Amino acid sequence: MCQVGEDYAEPASEEPPPRQPGREQKCVKCKEGLPVVVIRAGDAFCRDCFKAFYIHKFRAVLGKNRLIFPGEKVLLAWSGGPSSSSMVWQVLEGLSRESAKRLRFVPGIVCIDEGAACGLSPEARAKALAEMKLILQTVGFPWHVVALEEVFDLPPSVLRCFAQEPVGTEGAYKAAVDSFLQQQHVLGAEGAGDSPSLAQGEEQLSWPCTQDPQNPQSPDRPPTAAQTEALSRLFDSVKTLTAKEELLQALRTHLILHVARTHGYSKVMTGDSCTRLAIKLMTSLALGRGAFLAWDTGFSDERHGDVVVVRPMREHTLKEVAFYNHLFAVPSVFTPALDTKAPEKASIHRLMEAFMLRLQDQFPSTVSTVYRTSEKLVKAPRDGCAAGPPGPRCLLCMCALDIDTADSATAFGAQTPLHLSQTQPPTPPPTAPCCSAGMGRVQGCCGGARPCEREDPRARVIEQLCYGCRVNMKDLGLHRAADPGVPG
Amino acid sequence: MVSIFLSHAFRRSLPLLPRSDPAMPAPQCATCHKARAALRRPRSGRALCGACFCAAFEAEVLHTVVAGRLLPSGAVVAVGASGGKDSTVLAHVLQVLAPRLGISLRLVAVDEGIGGYRDAALAAVRRQAARWELPLTVVAYADLFGGWTMDAVARSTAGSGRSRACCTFCGVLRRRALEEGARLVGATHIVTGHNADDMAETVLMNFLRGDAARLARGGGLGSPGEGGALPRCRPLQLASQKEVVLYAHFRRLDYFSEECVYAPEAFRGHARHLLKLLEAARPSAVLDLVHSAERLALAPAARPPAPGACSRCGALASRALCQACALLDGLNRGRPRLAIGKGRRGLDEAGPPRDGEPERAPAPDAVPAF
Repeated sequence: MCQVGEDYAEPASEEPPPRQPGREQKCVKCKEGLPVVVIRAGDAFCRDCFKAFYIHKFRAVLGKNRLIFPGEKVLLAWSGGPSSSSMVWQVLEGLSRESAKRLRFVPGIVCIDEGAACGLSPEARAKALAEMKLILQTVGFPWHVVALEEVFDLPPSVLRCFAQEPVGTEGAYKAAVDSFLQQQHVLGAEGAGDSPSLAQGEEQLSWPCTQDPQNPQSPDRPPTAAQTEALSRLFDSVKTLTAKEELLQALRTHLILHVARTHGYSKVMTGDSCTRLAIKLMTSLALGRGAFLAWDTGFSDERHGDVVVVRPMREHTLKEVAFYNHLFAVPSVFTPALDTKAPEKASIHRLMEAFMLRLQDQFPSTVSTVYRTSEKLVKAPRDGCAAGPPGPRCLLCMCALDIDTADSATAFGAQTPLHLSQTQPPTPPPTAPCCSAGMGRVQGCCGGARPCEREDPRARVIEQLCYGCRVNMKDLGLHRAADPGVPG
Repeated sequence: MVSIFLSHAFRRSLPLLPRSDPAMPAPQCATCHKARAALRRPRSGRALCGACFCAAFEAEVLHTVVAGRLLPSGAVVAVGASGGKDSTVLAHVLQVLAPRLGISLRLVAVDEGIGGYRDAALAAVRRQAARWELPLTVVAYADLFGGWTMDAVARSTAGSGRSRACCTFCGVLRRRALEEGARLVGATHIVTGHNADDMAETVLMNFLRGDAARLARGGGLGSPGEGGALPRCRPLQLASQKEVVLYAHFRRLDYFSEECVYAPEAFRGHARHLLKLLEAARPSAVLDLVHSAERLALAPAARPPAPGACSRCGALASRALCQACALLDGLNRGRPRLAIGKGRRGLDEAGPPRDGEPERAPAPDAVPAF
């Protein structure tokens, strides 16, 4: 009933005879094997068919979109959770196949240690880190473990939008693949001519397997206690869990992009699954980010210019991921997140997740419906908005600003947070260098808000943010930075 | 549009400041600084007295209408009046603003034929029309649609364990009825009392149901009136539901506050529940959703085709038959779900409605048995 366009079959006479429960069903694909998992609405797959189906989906998403060129350096963002672990595993398997079907990019892994933001004790963090390193060493890609505290050391250039690289055309992609294959062929011919040569050829453009001594981001240099303290104070100063999660996401994204830029990666892969993206879409709607849904939930996200974020797991539901990980023993690490054990009504993210999963129980096509609708979103301003030169970008999320001018009909209703920010009485600033340290980077970017300027630096920051980020800013204890005496 | 949240408990949760509390004297009104503040606006947190709040509310509606150029001077405006809080407030505010805008108002009420609900609501509308001295026209489904009242539709679609989809029928038919009523009174514009909460629920609902066509059409302040249909707008679109209730309270407006008999079956209930939860987590959620809805960008392929005219009644239609004719066709043929769902098979089959159908509507004044 819920889905528009849902086909109501003719009355009962045309219904197929109900399947007898308890009788042996066969895999719907190969019709031979014993099924082990039910995918979608009643398709039972046997183990091998499920594996083939899963892997095929992953390759199809990458192949359909043709964004990843052969030989490109791709950074895999691994959180330790099931989806990103599955993605890393898929990449690992994909790289070790026979040459025709082999994945053709050069991967690296980045892992962000967010323990300070989530309030973990140093021992818990060290334990989680050790587990992660074990897995990273098994996987064998070059890896970078970065603590979230390093966000304080980011240069202000991280918030500047780099010039967008023009998207390669179809012809460019095909040409790149052809030349790559030729290269491979030449390298293979130079070798012994049997399978070890392929491995050698691979090593020509591959990475050293053990990265530790050469890894400048070696985690043997743990973040200083002062930085950890500053980070936890920053997060404590945020009033609502919603704003905390958004802040964490923004900081995490910037850190990953920084790592990618420093080490020459041009693509970042994140392990967002179909379920998570459907929830993310509804959450972004509720947060006022309706203009940017295509970037937030689409396959590729090029708003940062030189580094493109790609989501290859976007067609796998969480159920498929969980079963795959269980059946094929994909290792993953559980680390408590910001909203672990939080009550359902604590944040918009939690609410939406609980709502969607509950609705999915009642209407089993909910997640796939929302996902399919998200595929129809385009990355363009709405009709009627000026199609002129690209406007200014939001400081935090890098999307084009979506605020109307003051004389539009909707400006009055939907942009009151701006008025609100200006009518709040200033509170006396306690000593909170963390806020200014965190924001100091931002202030340094917004045209140089010098400490000696009398103008309210907070208002200057706010006018450079998109609607969604402005609403989040309300929950941050930013009024403390209003004191012009605070060093920028 | 009648909300389920007008129970006593909701009224108690409105942000009215306590009448007298010696421990904490109520603040002054932030606008006139004379009267004692009576409420805190949900949107901005400002403390205002009743009069200043109503003035601010009216000013905001005026701004919406003027900045959006919704109702030009000289317009004859048909107000869709259901007797509920939204249309009551809408009619009252427009009456206050009418001299300034240069418009004249007519009330149009729609009688869907829902026993035990609509008759009481219509009584409220008649009282309001008498008090405001505005001409009232009542259009009934039974007259317009060949005897198909909503109760008859509900009986026709009941059974087989599937939902009755009453709201689908009612929504389409009501808009058609409103259009007919507006033409009867010679109106140039139609206004309805949808508030910000309604718009927020709509966008949530359309995403959950995957209705890309409606998402592409929606947002914005109404339709400009293509192909001969009257232009429609929603002046209260940016006012949150709480403020509408507060306005009705301070102006002491008399309205009908029960929910429709068929409301519990509607899918919108899920969206409404979600919206209430979101509002509790973040008070600005409603306006954030409205902001999001206005800025959705959908692929051109997802948009509905450019509208033509219905081959039967001449009204605005994206396909050969307008939705109202298609739904009625299905009802008359004894296949009520004909026009609901993908493909709409069988719609273009030749066949005038046959007499003697088992599902044919009863006499219009039959009282349904529940």
